[in-house]
Amino acid sequence: MVNALPASAAPAVSESAFVRRLLIGTSVLFLGTFLLVPLGCVFAAAFAQGVAAYAASFHDPDTLSAIRLTLLAAAIAVPCNLVFGVAAAWAIGKFEFFGKGFLIALIDLPFSISPVVAGLTYVLLFGSHGWFGPWLAAHNVQIIFAIPGIVLATIFVTFPFVARELLPTIAAQGNDEEEAALTLGANGWQTFMRVTLPNVKWALLYGVILCNARAMGEFGAVSVVSGHIRGLTNTMPLQIEVLYNDYQYVSAFAVASLLALLALATLVVKSVVEWRAAAIERPSA
Amino acid sequence: MASGGDRKAVSVSIAVRNVTKTFGSFTALDNVSLEIPQGSLVALLGPSGSGKTTLLRIIAGLESADSGEVQFDGRDIGDRTARERRVGFVFQHYALFRHMTVLENIAFGLRVRPRRLRPSRAEIAARVGQLLDLIQLRNQAGRYPAQLSGGQRQRVALARALAVEPSVLLLDEPFGALDAKVRQELRRWLRELHDEVGVTSVFVTHDQDEALEVADQIAVMNAGKIEQVGTPDEVYHNPASSFVYNFLGNVNLFHGRVEDGTARIDREATGHLLFVRPHALEIGRASVGPNSLRARTTHINAAGPVVKIEALTEWGARVQVEISQDRFAALGLRKDEEVFITPRDLAIFTNDQRVS
Amino acid sequence: MPLFAAGLRRKSIIPGFGLTLGFTVCYLSLIVLLPLAATFVETSKIGWHEFWRIVTGPRAVAAYGLSFGASLIAAGMNFFLGTLVAWVLVRYQFPFKRILDSLVDLPFALPTAVAGIALTTIYAPNGLFGRPLAALGIHVAFTRLGIVVALTFIGLPFVVRTVQPVLEDLDRELEEAAASLGATRWKTFTRVLYPAIAPAAITGFALAFARGVGEYGSVIFIAGNMPMRTEIAPLLIVTKLEEYDYSGATAIATLMLLISFVLLLGINMLQRWSGGRGERDAPEEPLLTPAMGLSG
Repeated sequence: MVNALPASAAPAVSESAFVRRLLIGTSVLFLGTFLLVPLGCVFAAAFAQGVAAYAASFHDPDTLSAIRLTLLAAAIAVPCNLVFGVAAAWAIGKFEFFGKGFLIALIDLPFSISPVVAGLTYVLLFGSHGWFGPWLAAHNVQIIFAIPGIVLATIFVTFPFVARELLPTIAAQGNDEEEAALTLGANGWQTFMRVTLPNVKWALLYGVILCNARAMGEFGAVSVVSGHIRGLTNTMPLQIEVLYNDYQYVSAFAVASLLALLALATLVVKSVVEWRAAAIERPSA
Repeated sequence: MASGGDRKAVSVSIAVRNVTKTFGSFTALDNVSLEIPQGSLVALLGPSGSGKTTLLRIIAGLESADSGEVQFDGRDIGDRTARERRVGFVFQHYALFRHMTVLENIAFGLRVRPRRLRPSRAEIAARVGQLLDLIQLRNQAGRYPAQLSGGQRQRVALARALAVEPSVLLLDEPFGALDAKVRQELRRWLRELHDEVGVTSVFVTHDQDEALEVADQIAVMNAGKIEQVGTPDEVYHNPASSFVYNFLGNVNLFHGRVEDGTARIDREATGHLLFVRPHALEIGRASVGPNSLRARTTHINAAGPVVKIEALTEWGARVQVEISQDRFAALGLRKDEEVFITPRDLAIFTNDQRVS
Repeated sequence: MPLFAAGLRRKSIIPGFGLTLGFTVCYLSLIVLLPLAATFVETSKIGWHEFWRIVTGPRAVAAYGLSFGASLIAAGMNFFLGTLVAWVLVRYQFPFKRILDSLVDLPFALPTAVAGIALTTIYAPNGLFGRPLAALGIHVAFTRLGIVVALTFIGLPFVVRTVQPVLEDLDRELEEAAASLGATRWKTFTRVLYPAIAPAAITGFALAFARGVGEYGSVIFIAGNMPMRTEIAPLLIVTKLEEYDYSGATAIATLMLLISFVLLLGINMLQRWSGGRGERDAPEEPLLTPAMGLSG
């Protein structure tokens, strides 16, 4: 039976046990139906024909190539956005300047743009009909329907993550500690590495993990710029689509299970970061 | 609804009987009993953690006692929830509804009544208007709590509690979050308000001056127990325990013994503790009796209505003395001078029981 | 005093302002602004009449209607159920609460394609939920209902995560005050608690809605993708691109971009509203709320 105790047992402001159980039951049912069942389904379908069939899915050279491409795209996109995120958080969090609010809104833009539209903007820029298309063709450089396009689209959709996680933390930290370090003779880089970074490392870690999860999982934007060339320009999510549409369900879900594990790992890191933050806050509260 | 001139609410007497309350391993209230007569203004005075707020919340029904009972007019109200008790509760940080205006905050308690008990719109408006006049905020009625000063919020919180015509008004550290000056004003105002409304009121405070100035009766609490109940005069002049003596004002403490019914200060004696208020100490240049202590002045603060002198006894105990400006001028005392300090009035405690 | 503080910060001794701001603006311009500019310039080449003809074509209008309608229903479900989940997670203790709390973010972390094939498998006529529902005559996969299910999944964390911190910060004394003034639990909720959490819940609703309108990956598997019936707006862009109809794709993309801007503006205003009320002073930078991971 559900032990439905209120978080703090002040009798004047709690609901009856029946109402509590009803509300908890409804919530658990909702979360179970919409979160747990789909998550379970991924693994159940991946292992539907046993471990051997699951393992065999990863012998397909196209699948292996998709995994390699996904790792490559993330390996380029995440460091790029990490550097950007740190720079943006420093500029915005530590200084006052005109147009700051507008800059933050611009950094948020990729969050609110449909990934398909994001992909399309790159096609319009670098595609054969695009602004730089003729020049690129003349110099024999291919971006759209090739790996550079996939990397660019990935950078676009994961653009705000690190900056967005770091910004509130860096801004909340204030400037006192940095100013103290500078008056003690540290230079800018030392101040950042020894004073700022240790204070924001958990937010930074979480931002990077989230950025990585989205980079590896991006579908819409990459789908538009990739051209779906098997073994060449298919990332893991695109390979999942190909396999699924070919009715190779076990293989599709086997690849999906890797991404689901990545998602679970992301959630674990997020929870650990949050619990740590709460544990640090609690004694002073 | 009370209407027009007579604003006296129907208030009740409160009796707390053998109430105990624990939070985990912490005993907040330990078998506490207290009688609060109808229409009185009682202060629960004590340091933080003494259980005073817990007792207030139990009376309000915001917390339930582990054992014991609370009676209103002799009837146990243990089975009544906070909303059924008709208690006006003023929270330390006011707990004003910030999305409601001053007017809406005050009217809240009337507007949420079941339809058959709810006054008409006109009656609600009239009642709220009266209260706005009472707290002198009629021209701020449309403002939100965020736009008010601390003192104004406090008054709105009081008016909101009074709007439902409570049978008891309970205030948790009502002036705790205010500036010293505003606090002074509001104390007087609360006293006057109570005289006008006449509702049984209990307020919690850790500030002895506040309790002494405002309350009819003071219950001094310490470590989950009530140490003493009495008028401000009684608890100040006749403290029942060393805790109360200590808590109500500055005090000098000496070890001593009792010979033939008189107390003798003796730093090597055990068993008796002698308490002397700073203003009950004589200071002079000559010994006037066996209780005169040789001491050396270490600090003199003559800025104020009385002169505060700190001195060290021969054995190194710090003594605080307060004398009038006139006396100070007559003595011509300076820092680092040898003086004799003689208690005029001693309170003697043995095993924390007052002997005389 | 705040003015004074701001003045001090402006003359900060902290180094690196020029470098970091310069890099931020350059990178932002190259990665985000340049491609967006390209889209608007390409659109202007189409010409107003042609643009209007494309974006008001019956197939396009049906696609927007579907995207908006399904997102609205899904965000509405999340508005109520998300508020409920936030309440339960903040106020009650029950087994596995922490795990469930962590799992709320799953739709942020799980790739949309994975969610898409999982939901399709579950709700297909022979799936775990699809079979019993089909027996009742309810078809989810490959219908509009399926789109609502996918968008509900995608939007689930938004309302929960916007309402949760507000509920946690809510002073318990407010409820005690309401109770001591005679309000029932229900009246306390509707008059005191709900007004306090409404701005956050509405912000979460708007975020979920904005995300739903642009969502692609999780929907296309379960939608069926029949023109005029189950074709969402982002899919129409992809279809036009695959037909090499660049002006068609560009025109619809521009319209979606404009809608995104309007939604972004509205959400920012909502966040100012929900952050800017109350006894505490309005936060200096209302936009500095933690990342919500809003994206598809």
